[in-house]
Amino acid sequence: MRKLLLTASIIAIGAAVMPASAETVRWARNSDSLTLDPHSQNQGVTHTFAHHIYETLVDREVDGSLIPRLATDWSVKADDPNVWVFKLREGVKFHDGADFTAEDVVFSLDRARSDKSNMKQLHASVESVTAVDDHTVEVKMAGPSPLYPNNLTNTFIMDKTWTEANNAVTVQEAGSADDNYAVRNANGTGPYILESRDPDVRSVLKINENHWAETKPAVTEIIFLPIADNATRVAALLSGEVDLVQDVPVQDIERLSNTAGLKVETGPENRFIYFGYRVSEAPLKTSNITDKNPLSDVRVREAMHLAIDRNAIKQVVMRGQSMPTGVANPPFVNGWTPELDAYPEKADIEGAKKLLADAGYADGFTITLDTPNNRYINDEAISQAVVGMLGQIGIKVTLASRPVTQHSPLIQNEETDFYLLGWGVPTFDSAYVFNDLIHSKEGHYGAYNPSGYSNKELDAKIQSLGTEVDLDKRNATIAEIWAKVQEDRVLLPIHNQVLAYAMKDGLSLAVHPENQPRLYNITIGQ
Amino acid sequence: MLAFILRRLAQSIVVMGVVALISFMLFRYVGDPVASLLGQDSRLEDFEDLRQRLGLNDPFYVQFGRFVGNALQGEFGISYRLQTPVTELIMSRLPATIELAFASALIALVFGLSLGVFTALKPRSFLTGVVMTLSLVGVSLPTFLIGIGLIYVFAVELQWLPSFGRGQVVDLGWWKTGLLTESGLRSLILPAITLSLFQLTLIMRLVRAEMLEVLRQDYIKFARARGLSNRAINFGHALKNTMVPVITITGLQLGSVIAFSIVTETVFQWPGVGSLFINSVQVVDVPVMAAYLMFIAFVFVVINLIVDILYYAVDPRLRINASGSGK
Repeated sequence: MRKLLLTASIIAIGAAVMPASAETVRWARNSDSLTLDPHSQNQGVTHTFAHHIYETLVDREVDGSLIPRLATDWSVKADDPNVWVFKLREGVKFHDGADFTAEDVVFSLDRARSDKSNMKQLHASVESVTAVDDHTVEVKMAGPSPLYPNNLTNTFIMDKTWTEANNAVTVQEAGSADDNYAVRNANGTGPYILESRDPDVRSVLKINENHWAETKPAVTEIIFLPIADNATRVAALLSGEVDLVQDVPVQDIERLSNTAGLKVETGPENRFIYFGYRVSEAPLKTSNITDKNPLSDVRVREAMHLAIDRNAIKQVVMRGQSMPTGVANPPFVNGWTPELDAYPEKADIEGAKKLLADAGYADGFTITLDTPNNRYINDEAISQAVVGMLGQIGIKVTLASRPVTQHSPLIQNEETDFYLLGWGVPTFDSAYVFNDLIHSKEGHYGAYNPSGYSNKELDAKIQSLGTEVDLDKRNATIAEIWAKVQEDRVLLPIHNQVLAYAMKDGLSLAVHPENQPRLYNITIGQ
Repeated sequence: MLAFILRRLAQSIVVMGVVALISFMLFRYVGDPVASLLGQDSRLEDFEDLRQRLGLNDPFYVQFGRFVGNALQGEFGISYRLQTPVTELIMSRLPATIELAFASALIALVFGLSLGVFTALKPRSFLTGVVMTLSLVGVSLPTFLIGIGLIYVFAVELQWLPSFGRGQVVDLGWWKTGLLTESGLRSLILPAITLSLFQLTLIMRLVRAEMLEVLRQDYIKFARARGLSNRAINFGHALKNTMVPVITITGLQLGSVIAFSIVTETVFQWPGVGSLFINSVQVVDVPVMAAYLMFIAFVFVVINLIVDILYYAVDPRLRINASGSGK
């Protein structure tokens, strides 16, 4: 009898778990926003959360195009190609009731490009920001910068008075001993107001009734719940304790979409996965060929390109959740074409072997591949697959797998012969890829180009992209650069990542290419 | 007694110094914190600049000296990841871990003791066989698997209990407790069981073995011959004499429950110091890692001390020995 009672009471407790009301969305992903200070970290999770509280001048649509947000209009000044003019939205108020004016924009842009800000790279070419009147701001650049508005999609606007009153004018920097007010408090213009925050546990956002947008979000309350463990996060969705899971492990996508009451939305991410290799003349550090570098011969790189079966990686490693590609550029990005994107449907082992033999490596060679194992979707498994594929043409690859915190320094310090890396293109323009991955490693360029690839002619073209105002001419240059990059096989692209969001039936949220979903765009149906 | 405690304290300080030194040496192989602090857009000079500011370019002994100097003043720096003072972070996470650890220790002790006594007193019973077999499973299954299994049965399929988190907490000012709300208590059940299973089976097997041993002793036979009740023999004499090793193990296990609740906390997204540590390791948040390891060393040292003192209380022979030898 007692056992019966116990069971009955447990069931009663279970029944008390209330389903969320239609307006509240409990949103789980694998890690928490690092800080509320919008200029302190240039990091996706942090930006995504901030976009609900703070707002930017311009924003990015799901299709990648720029749309107005706090700025209603922007253009290059008629008589000065170095100046961008932003018209600001009128009648906008911060959460504390203060008016949003040009003064706040000047203050925020100055703060974002200040010394301790982590956003400063995006504003490196800004010389000064001035308020023309209450709702017009001019940004003076060092030279013509046709794509500068692309850099503003994650630069949030703070209230000058609030920030000054709370002693938070200086951006909190990592490792410093001061405790910054803006790290734990927020006052933006966004559609949601921060109600409570317990880092790594839960954050609650309530709808901002005074927001300027005409259509109010369908979701009136957001409860953000970081759940680090994959299995637990999925279990929480299955048990109905969360409504939306942003980071769905690829192995669970199929099961979740077959579960009654749940659905999975997938879409391409603006991030490609590729292999890089040392192409300079000096012998490799990890090869049995010690008198020269086999990879400096473009035929060897071509052979590797042919030996990799990208469709097999998609089917086996990624369970169908990837978009194989032949170019190191996602499809949203200016400069991408279907022709560049084409890749061998099947591995051409014979052709690859022949190329290797022509280059004088009929017996192949050995090399070590450095791969991260906790950064990209199935990164280590992709590398394992490639080890097998290259083995078929006689290239014997040893795999060295490390967490990303140990992998990144190898690339920065040029200590790797062959490596896997993923690259996002936040500006949606090919120049971003060229600057860091293709340009010779010098000065501000080539930060992630440990390959030793250096082509002065190409470098000059890449640099010209930064200041060319004639967009047709600029696009022609981009096409020329891509042609050369493909011909030289500078990079070995594998695929674009695909994102998956799982949610309750009734919710509807499209996948955001930068993995920054906006919950105010959720529509609720029946 | 006092001399004994003082000697133990001195040893403890040495232990903590060694832990600090070893953990600091290991940090150099965990990775580069700068890589995770700065994003893809950062330039090489930003990396160099930040490394300089964080003092990561200083030689090992300088970094270590600075750490010890600050730690002696109770200053553990600011978390790289969450940009909050480390001491504050750990203190805010500690209640969750301690409540979980004590709940699971309680489960382990109550069930371990009673099952241990039962299986010792009725070695041939069918139930004993069942319990002993199940306990083997408990010892051999990894915590991670048990946790996920419990989540799928009780949270996903039956939907009786929450699968993650700590539920509603009540802030007492200096301690956030989940023990005062229904959702808090319900959230505690699965993680506490997961964490306790290993200790439970350990204690059970230990009690059983000790008990069987003691029951064979002459003084038990003598007690029976005198006609004492079973109850008095089993619990008054036999059980009491099995307690010394049980106390040692339980005490030491309590330390490891606090220290190694990492897996359970991760599986259940329990907001304690263990999950804080794991999150910090992933981004090489050195200040948090260092402070956490020091804290764990401290816990072990304190528990060891308490266990030693408890020996005195429980086992009169130790006291006699101590006074007998003139100490």
